[in-house]
Amino acid sequence: MKTSIPHWIGCIAAAAVAAGLAASAAAEDAAGAKEQFIPLLVYRTGAYAPNGAPLANGKQDYLKLINSRDGGVNGVKLTYEECEDEYKTDRGVECYERLKGKGPTGATLFDPFSTGITFALTERAPADKIPLLTLGYGRSESQDGLVFKWNFPLLGTYWTAADVLVQHIAKREGGFDKLRGKKIALLYHDSPYGKEPIPLLEERAKMNGFELVKIPITAPGVEQKAVWLEVRQQRPDYVLLWGWGVMNSTALKEAQATAFPRDHMLGAWWSGAEPDVKDIGEGAKGYSALTIQYGAGLTKVQNDILKYVYDKGQGTGPREEVGTVLYNRGLLIQMLTVEAVRRAQERFGKGKPVTGEQVRWALENLALDQKKLDALGFGEMLKPIVTSCSDHIGASFARIQTWDGAKWVPGELYEADQKIITPMAVSAADAYGASKNIPVRNPPKDCQG
Amino acid sequence: MLYRENGQFKTSYRADQQLLPITQDRWLMIALIALSFLVVPFVASDYAFRALIVPFLILTIAAIGLNILVGYCGQISLGSAGFMGVGAYVAYNLTVRVPQLNFLVVLLLSGGSAALVGIAFGIPSLRIKGLYLAVATLAAQFFLDWAFSRIPWFTVDSPSGSVSTNLIELFGWSVERPVDKYLLVLGLLCALTLAAKNLTRSHIGRAWMATRDMDVAAEIIGVRPVVAKLSAFAVSSFYAGIAGALWGFVHLGAWEPAAFSVILSLNLLFMIIIGGLGSMIGSFFGAAFFVLLPLLLNRVPGMLGIDLSTTMKSQLEAMIFGGLIVLFLAIEPRGLARLWAIGKEKLRIWPFPH
Repeated sequence: MKTSIPHWIGCIAAAAVAAGLAASAAAEDAAGAKEQFIPLLVYRTGAYAPNGAPLANGKQDYLKLINSRDGGVNGVKLTYEECEDEYKTDRGVECYERLKGKGPTGATLFDPFSTGITFALTERAPADKIPLLTLGYGRSESQDGLVFKWNFPLLGTYWTAADVLVQHIAKREGGFDKLRGKKIALLYHDSPYGKEPIPLLEERAKMNGFELVKIPITAPGVEQKAVWLEVRQQRPDYVLLWGWGVMNSTALKEAQATAFPRDHMLGAWWSGAEPDVKDIGEGAKGYSALTIQYGAGLTKVQNDILKYVYDKGQGTGPREEVGTVLYNRGLLIQMLTVEAVRRAQERFGKGKPVTGEQVRWALENLALDQKKLDALGFGEMLKPIVTSCSDHIGASFARIQTWDGAKWVPGELYEADQKIITPMAVSAADAYGASKNIPVRNPPKDCQG
Repeated sequence: MLYRENGQFKTSYRADQQLLPITQDRWLMIALIALSFLVVPFVASDYAFRALIVPFLILTIAAIGLNILVGYCGQISLGSAGFMGVGAYVAYNLTVRVPQLNFLVVLLLSGGSAALVGIAFGIPSLRIKGLYLAVATLAAQFFLDWAFSRIPWFTVDSPSGSVSTNLIELFGWSVERPVDKYLLVLGLLCALTLAAKNLTRSHIGRAWMATRDMDVAAEIIGVRPVVAKLSAFAVSSFYAGIAGALWGFVHLGAWEPAAFSVILSLNLLFMIIIGGLGSMIGSFFGAAFFVLLPLLLNRVPGMLGIDLSTTMKSQLEAMIFGGLIVLFLAIEPRGLARLWAIGKEKLRIWPFPH
């Protein structure tokens, strides 16, 4: 019995170690008065790094631009810290806990950049009073701000994305009536991310009479032989690709190998960036994917970044990646974050750091018209966006872009049909609210305030 | 000097067989329990509770469960995350479908369901051993993964496959603040550890160990292999089920099937190998090693004031962590628990080497 004596000791010893760690973590919080802390959850390593890195670079570069060109927001410096989560939910939760209390007013908002992490944080953020900005991802029903007060899927959700894709197919076929009897296969990343569009597509399938074939691909999606065998057997008219990271390029390679016409493959907006197609080049020619309003390219804001950040040697990533699809999306996310801070300052005190709660108000009361966007340098990239306490999405436009073998060529802009999406979101949000005992359809008094 | 048992005489069998026969160990244990129940709740930060201590305590429960199966009974299993998933999804279904159930009852039922599933998947162990059994339990892992993401009943028809939990209430105590969660998990861990320790000291534990050491000989001296192996699978899965329910409800709050993937199974197995097979304290060491060390490594450059890029920090974390695993196994293949035991032996005879 000698060696098995102290069996509980580990329990407590490690707890003590952890307590020591925590004490040192608390001591790190410096008391800088005129700073606004913006946490950055990133993944620069792991299976999704090729897509995660450019977006993270864009997000950080925009903060550097605001600091170096404008001296912050009304004199409040933007501070930030990156935390690597490897696209894993448990690490993402740890990063959230690590960063949420930093800075004089705590974290401004969180952009988890992973649908799985968003689901986990949706349960935590309301208690901590920190908004979640999930531009183009996350929970689709969270566009309903009356239930999801702290979630902001600005500019699009997977439901708006799926809706636009169906609209695009209908247009190519010559009308929604031509969809009847067609077969559309959804190849999806087998995770909440990939499953999100299914309710909308099922609804559309019922409405428009096409058949939906759902084919899951196990993450990370490097092995797809069986999947494409099924595609060959099913012979769908269109394939919708709902992939992320290496799954996208693998799918395109397999499509090439099985001779599935690439111009009948349509990707979601996380399946249409340079890393997904670059290595395949000509083989992916004709493949189209969505992008949130604007794809790749250099406009005023990117040129400013090159001038104020890269020319000073402070760029986060390689210079040639500035202006790529995901980099630009990172800029969009961060611009909306910074504008929310600015809007909150307008109401709660210019030149003062704002709290998460104040930022939440600002996100609900964003009104960026064309003039403001032009001034910010985003005039070409974005259409005006207006949010309200019930509408947490602001705008639901998406553009089709097509790979021509060397670059993404922008195509037509569509707007998702909120007549279909809003009722679905309301009923899903109400169900969520009921299960969480959230007072559903809360009074308008905390709307404008 | 201080740690010496000279003069501590046992005058009864009872005294000789108690859990902690050495007086100093008893005092240390009392001090540690007092520390963890009375001091830690007041000094640790929310971050420490939510990101470090609670996950560590929960994974320790799972590691103890797996250690019973692998370390004490010698049946290798790669399906422990699957059994944790059973616990989590059963608990989720119970709280959604029968909301009036007490959470302790929910926990017991999820542990019980996991035990039943564990017995079912443990049946192959009656015929196969070693690596072959590992493959069979791997099949359990994949089957359970598949079931949770493909059968909508488990997620109560959640379209995204992700489920989220409600507030836990226990006899009017709402387990909401991080410190409440900590106390709940700590209490359960201590109770479960005590139960596991005593199980391994009982005739059941001796049957497990006999089966582990040589199953043919065990059978000849009267150990029934069916009972020994399946009871080990049942107890192990019971612990995994409870750990899974806690992982989902107390730690994550919302999860997707990937939360209980084969990676977690492998991590649990590595935890007990590094910590020490067939040792309770080894489960604690292993879980601490896997939960706390990567986060610590990730933060060391920042604490030292070295400005490294996120990528570099993350790569360094992986490299050093991997290196430490190899290092510890090279120094002591029987795990950290063995190092601990050697340390204690040395301390006993200190300052004289013999």
